Amino acid sequence: MERIPILRMGDFLLVTIQVDMHDRVALALQDDLTNRIVKNHARGVLIDISALDIVDSFIGRTLANIASMARILDAQTVLVGMQPAVAITLVELGISLPNIRTALNVEKGVSLLRAEVENNIMERDANYDI
Amino acid sequence: MQTTTSDRLTVRAEEDVVKVRQATRSLAQKTGLNLVDQTKVVTAASELARNTLVYGGGGEVLIEAISDGMRSGVRLTFEDKGPGIADIELAMKDGFTSGTGLGLGLSGAKRLANEFRIESRLGEGTTVVITKWKG
Repeated sequence: MERIPILRMGDFLLVTIQVDMHDRVALALQDDLTNRIVKNHARGVLIDISALDIVDSFIGRTLANIASMARILDAQTVLVGMQPAVAITLVELGISLPNIRTALNVEKGVSLLRAEVENNIMERDANYDI
Repeated sequence: MQTTTSDRLTVRAEEDVVKVRQATRSLAQKTGLNLVDQTKVVTAASELARNTLVYGGGGEVLIEAISDGMRSGVRLTFEDKGPGIADIELAMKDGFTSGTGLGLGLSGAKRLANEFRIESRLGEGTTVVITKWKG
């Protein structure tokens, strides 16, 4: 079975989904990313879906699961590059991805991820002071 | 109602759901649906093909380019010989699922299409027909 490659970029993991994924490929990505966050001590995950021409309920749920699992493992997730037609369709389908951060492109996504991770570290240090 | 092109696909495995999406996209483009409508009908096709596979135990999909003289569109028919749906009204509710999904497949596909029809008999199977018109 084909797998989606995961690239490491400093503290972040970068995934570009370029194929029309069937469900098992999406689930394998979820498992692989979760393992790589732990193995590489990653602080952030950037998922580029600019090449995806649909996101159905299964892929939507998988993306939301990845973000939740990453959060539990102390990593932030940012989804970038969603096509406008995909966003319109997702909302009409009934999926709003409330727990996932988004950015328009990879560059903005990386800035957001850096800010989120820094913010998270500052918050944690503040908590330790108490 | 006139059918100009038709394509019949078998849904037996997850890969077939991807093929249904691709065939729907190709016909929606040929029919001249705009990008948002193409995306909506392909997404609806993906939800319904997955239902055919997961809940119907597999089946067939008929993908047609249709015209009623005034307008043209894409019609998709999903047929399975699975267990059928006991309570269609309940199955159509947002969030209801008999499996592990989100429960948005049927209700979501209905919202994404212009016309939606479902027929189901216990022990005999389920047929879902959706139409997306151009414009």
